[in-house]
Amino acid sequence: MRRATQLVLLIGWLGYAVLPWYLPEGMSLTQFGWLSGYPLGKAGSALALALSGEAPWLLPVGVALLAATVFWRSADPGKVARVLVAAGGAGLAVFFLQGFGIVLKGSAAGWATALFGADVAQAGMGGGAFLTVLSLLLLTCHGLAYRGYCRGDLFTTSAIGIVVLLIGLFIFWPVMVILKSALVDQNGHVALSAFSDRFFSATIWGLGCVSGGTSCGVAWNTLILAVLTGVITTLLGLACALLLQRTAMPGKRLMRALTVLPIITPPFVIGLALILLFGRSGFFTGIMADWFGIPRSRWIYGLPGVLLAQVLAFAPIAFLVLIGVVQGISPSLEEASQTLGAGRWQTFSTVTWPLLRPGIANAFLLGFVESMADFGNPLVLGGNFEVLSTKIFFAVVGAAYNQGQAAVLAMVLLAFTLGAFWLQQGWLGGKSYTTVTGKGDAGLPTPLPRRVTWLAGLAVLPWVALTLVIYLVILVGGFVKTMGRDYTPTLEHYRTGFAIDFSRGLFFEGAAWNSFFTTLKVAAISAPLTALIGLLTAYLLTRQKFGGRGTLEFATMLSFAIPGTVLGVAYILAFNVPPIEITGTGLILIIAFVFRNMPVGVRSGIAGLSQIDKSLDEASTTLRARSFTTLWRVVLPLLRPALVAALVYSFVRSMTAVSAVIFLVSAEYNLATAYIVGRVEAGEFGLAIAYSSVLIVVMAAGIGLIQLGVGERKLGRRQVGRHKAVALSGSVSGPISQGAAS
Amino acid sequence: MKTQSWLAAGVFAAVAAASPLAASPAKAQGALVMYCGVQEEWCRAMSTAFEKETGIKVAMTRKSAGEIYAQLKAESANPRGDIWWGGTGDPHLQAAEEGLTQEYESPANKGLNDWAISQWKAAKQRSIGIYAGALGFGFNTQQIKSKGMAEPKCWADLLDPKLKDDVQVADPNSSGTAYNLLATMVQLMGEDKAFDYLKALHKNVNQYTKSGAAPAKATSLGETAVGIVFIHDAVVFAVQGDPIKPVAPCEGTGYEIGSMSIVKGARNLDNARKFYDWALTPAAQGLAGPAKSYQVPSNKNAPVPPQSPKMSEMKLIDYDFVKYGSSAERTRLLAKWDREVKALPK
Repeated sequence: MRRATQLVLLIGWLGYAVLPWYLPEGMSLTQFGWLSGYPLGKAGSALALALSGEAPWLLPVGVALLAATVFWRSADPGKVARVLVAAGGAGLAVFFLQGFGIVLKGSAAGWATALFGADVAQAGMGGGAFLTVLSLLLLTCHGLAYRGYCRGDLFTTSAIGIVVLLIGLFIFWPVMVILKSALVDQNGHVALSAFSDRFFSATIWGLGCVSGGTSCGVAWNTLILAVLTGVITTLLGLACALLLQRTAMPGKRLMRALTVLPIITPPFVIGLALILLFGRSGFFTGIMADWFGIPRSRWIYGLPGVLLAQVLAFAPIAFLVLIGVVQGISPSLEEASQTLGAGRWQTFSTVTWPLLRPGIANAFLLGFVESMADFGNPLVLGGNFEVLSTKIFFAVVGAAYNQGQAAVLAMVLLAFTLGAFWLQQGWLGGKSYTTVTGKGDAGLPTPLPRRVTWLAGLAVLPWVALTLVIYLVILVGGFVKTMGRDYTPTLEHYRTGFAIDFSRGLFFEGAAWNSFFTTLKVAAISAPLTALIGLLTAYLLTRQKFGGRGTLEFATMLSFAIPGTVLGVAYILAFNVPPIEITGTGLILIIAFVFRNMPVGVRSGIAGLSQIDKSLDEASTTLRARSFTTLWRVVLPLLRPALVAALVYSFVRSMTAVSAVIFLVSAEYNLATAYIVGRVEAGEFGLAIAYSSVLIVVMAAGIGLIQLGVGERKLGRRQVGRHKAVALSGSVSGPISQGAAS
Repeated sequence: MKTQSWLAAGVFAAVAAASPLAASPAKAQGALVMYCGVQEEWCRAMSTAFEKETGIKVAMTRKSAGEIYAQLKAESANPRGDIWWGGTGDPHLQAAEEGLTQEYESPANKGLNDWAISQWKAAKQRSIGIYAGALGFGFNTQQIKSKGMAEPKCWADLLDPKLKDDVQVADPNSSGTAYNLLATMVQLMGEDKAFDYLKALHKNVNQYTKSGAAPAKATSLGETAVGIVFIHDAVVFAVQGDPIKPVAPCEGTGYEIGSMSIVKGARNLDNARKFYDWALTPAAQGLAGPAKSYQVPSNKNAPVPPQSPKMSEMKLIDYDFVKYGSSAERTRLLAKWDREVKALPK
């Protein structure tokens, strides 16, 4: 048995014999009253509980661990492999059997009541159970590696095991729980007719907008909006990335900052600003009416307004994806094209553009999916233009209270998203997009052809101007009495939210502090976890071959495709009862964020990895580095843009998400956005805007820290005007991992 | 080995980082988990006042009534909340019908107005009225003036062709306020005439909003000329000085009963009952006005905020909460409204 496997066994015993198996109520790290009765009682360890007869069903789990431990010193790899696979697999089986079989009092599975009596029950699992299941899983994976799976690499099999378990528990299972409710009627009976009635309803698929004066089905609305948003955001993001990377355009810094602003803006605020500007009593509408006699109208409420808000909000995401791809295109290919006599335009259209395709496909997919899942903008600006996400929200919380309807709508939404995903796969096909290789000097980037520059400039300029105006409104809104009517300057909004009383020491008096600190903590914890799991998954998906890879990729997209509201309800339904009972804690917020934002890490990781030549990995492997070393020292440093994207995105999303967490926040763990929504509901726009401004500043600081900490990747590329030929192939695989994210 | 230690270190770091946040919600003695369905200020005032008076620590979450209902339903296997205070009466009745809440007869019941007790009876003792608010509308004074029309005073005035595309009301499928309008019209005019009225109104409606109070906000901003809302929602903006004027329609109108229920399976049942009794006292109900909430309290002796719409001066219908709060009638009326009103071309 290798030492790594021995360590895993130790972790298993730590979880099984030492740590509290269940999550005890009232647990805290400062007061230890909850520990009373240890090693028995509520905070008891599994070993003690099993032997004392309090929870005899935990005994087989220990037997599995014991069986593996017997072969601690065995040197026969074949035998160890067989034992580990058998013991680990059996251990996992009994673990999940008892976990899902024995839950709340009165709802245990049939076999459990037969064995242990009708009253058998157990609480939600805690740290001990977590470490034990982790250990059992890793033992199985190690056993498989010993048998030669994944070239016998322990890290790869373990990573696959962990990712599969996490995705299964925190994405698949909750989604299954909620989708199950699509098949039952209002009274909880399984009814297929109820399902088909809901599914083929005219409110979903109606074509009234084509034939007559009524509105179209909500599915068509959503689809049209998402395609438009995806196309426009991708084009804007691409224009912006090309301008920044390939031209000597002035104001690059300002533009870079501006493109980031909309992503760090809490929802509702852009919509609110748009209403204040373009609504019927809006600022611009007034000017247009007074100066040019254009009648005041409500055009902003509906498709145009939602589209505008979504483009403003999501174009930066496309930009973040595309900037990494544009950076990664090796100029040597373009130089080769020009050496062969092609003009700038021909080079761009035959070399650069095709190489941009994976980035474009990913950017479009993100824009499309984001638009489908967006909830805040359609809520504020939708008017009578209904989309699936708002319809789902109100099917759950509205006067109709129809969870089955919500589940059916969620299925339609899922089908669209997954359809887009398959199309994207088909478009990219099996072509190669590798341009970052270990070979030599890559040359200078080619400047953009003039017509592309002009086109890009024309597209980007109005966008930048509009963004500037919106942020002016937001900035001013926090400092005046009532935006739009009373422009008396005041600090009152900030005082209500963020007053600090120094008279009795440091006392955070403002109404917003509580939710502010929780938000910060949750975002700071979930961001690195998201990036870690997301990039690891991307690496496994692109660089390792194993059965069920397609299913895994599908599962990662699933949580992104499901609208936040549905995920929120699914999380409550799945995690309010044992075996995982974490509603009302901060942990559920972190988990929700990690698994909701993970797809961005995966997508940007895949886009980045598809550019990095496998020969780099192979060189590292040939030099006898294990796959973890290769990942850590070769791939990760080259993935820095993807890492930054994943970290930034998940940090920001954790601070701005609304729909996913509106059901998950509790009195103790309230989040900033939930608080802001409350303020908007109460009509206190001033405080809402002030709080949003504070969040924007905090997020900007956070992003700055992330970029500082992770740094830029160093590709062996010359810079214009610097006549030193830098960095040959050695520098890429060389020791440049210092400063990489910890 | 190196590989594994990294992995282990990562896992431990994650567990260690997350554990303080994993601390379970307090269930220590003297705690109460409160789901609050009115606006933040009022919720906060209630929970701190109760804490001060009894020393029981209140963990309060503010959500809309629909959200609280959805949460209770999702949590029904393992309830987290103790008391659900505030929010329009329909979801309370729905929860009572589905057995999500439990019976309680408070000694304070005898000091309450009749409508509060009738809510209690309709809910089979599982919910009680704590405040009432009449349905009506608010209009933007500047917009109405610029249209050169007289101030609207009645439901019939809202059919004026000058108000084409200038009336806003919520969608009854998503909002209790708008369902209240639907049920009120049916009770006021009879079902056929009510639907004729709503069909005519449809021509003037510019948007069926999702949330019930949203039209009040839109009216105060001038995004629409008229918003059909609970009158106290319009009063909030009028008190702030916005150009909105609340109206109690001349033909008569319906009302909502904001309610309170004890969650079935409440972990702190005694404290929930203590809160229930306390929340029905005049002192507790007097907290509404200072918290900028202008509903009418259910205790006869509670002070009525001076800005509150005077229910005694309005023509109120005898709203049948049992009939129109039942699932069957609601589903029927909503389906009919979808079919006959919302599907109409503009």
